Amino acid sequence: MNIHVHYFAGAREAAGREGETLEIDAGCDVAALLARLIERHPGLARVAPSLRFAIGEAFQPVDATLADGDDVALLPPVGGG
Amino acid sequence: MGAAFHITSAPIDSETVRMAVVGPDNGAIVVFHGAVRNRTGAREVTHLEYEAFEPMALAEMSRIGEEMVGKHGLSALACTHRIGRLQIGEDAMVVAVSSPHRDAALGAVAEFIVRLKQDVPIWKKEHFEGGAVWIGTPENPQGEGNAPASPPEVEPQP
Repeated sequence: MNIHVHYFAGAREAAGREGETLEIDAGCDVAALLARLIERHPGLARVAPSLRFAIGEAFQPVDATLADGDDVALLPPVGGG
Repeated sequence: MGAAFHITSAPIDSETVRMAVVGPDNGAIVVFHGAVRNRTGAREVTHLEYEAFEPMALAEMSRIGEEMVGKHGLSALACTHRIGRLQIGEDAMVVAVSSPHRDAALGAVAEFIVRLKQDVPIWKKEHFEGGAVWIGTPENPQGEGNAPASPPEVEPQP
């Protein structure tokens, strides 16, 4: 299945891109996706422990199961205000 | 319920934010300006850069705002957050709250800001002489009193 990944702030800099689409096995969760992303972009390993994730526009835990066509955002610790 | 949330790359007009919450039953209107400060701890800041995951940031601001309205019995809450490059002294965020009595409005503004800093996907990069850091990371926590005692981990400027 295809997953659209969106990188923000420090994650964008670590991955060297704003987003990408990749194919992963059906039934994968967010943690499995993250492991794949770190293989592709080793720089992500440094920021990975502090990341949160969104599917669409809602926070989701790392064991959330992904569906074909999902948009997954990698969200470093926020700093608004 | 009146809630108005915006993200903009233009300077914020705080009067527009205030006007979103005014009403005849309000004895209190609180307008908070979050401005760009010239230093973090001992580090002199040259400018800030804000970035947002806009649709989710607006959804989260709205969700937290609605919660504050219900919890504190507010008439309305509005917030505009700026993104892009900001200079020292500029407003990064303006929050306006109205309620019949002042205690609710004052408390709600403070709580809204705390929640925004936890859950709204907006990021701040602090630029200073010789480098820049993302604020909110474990090495560079948020908050006035949280500047690290040791020098921060600095990314070289591109």
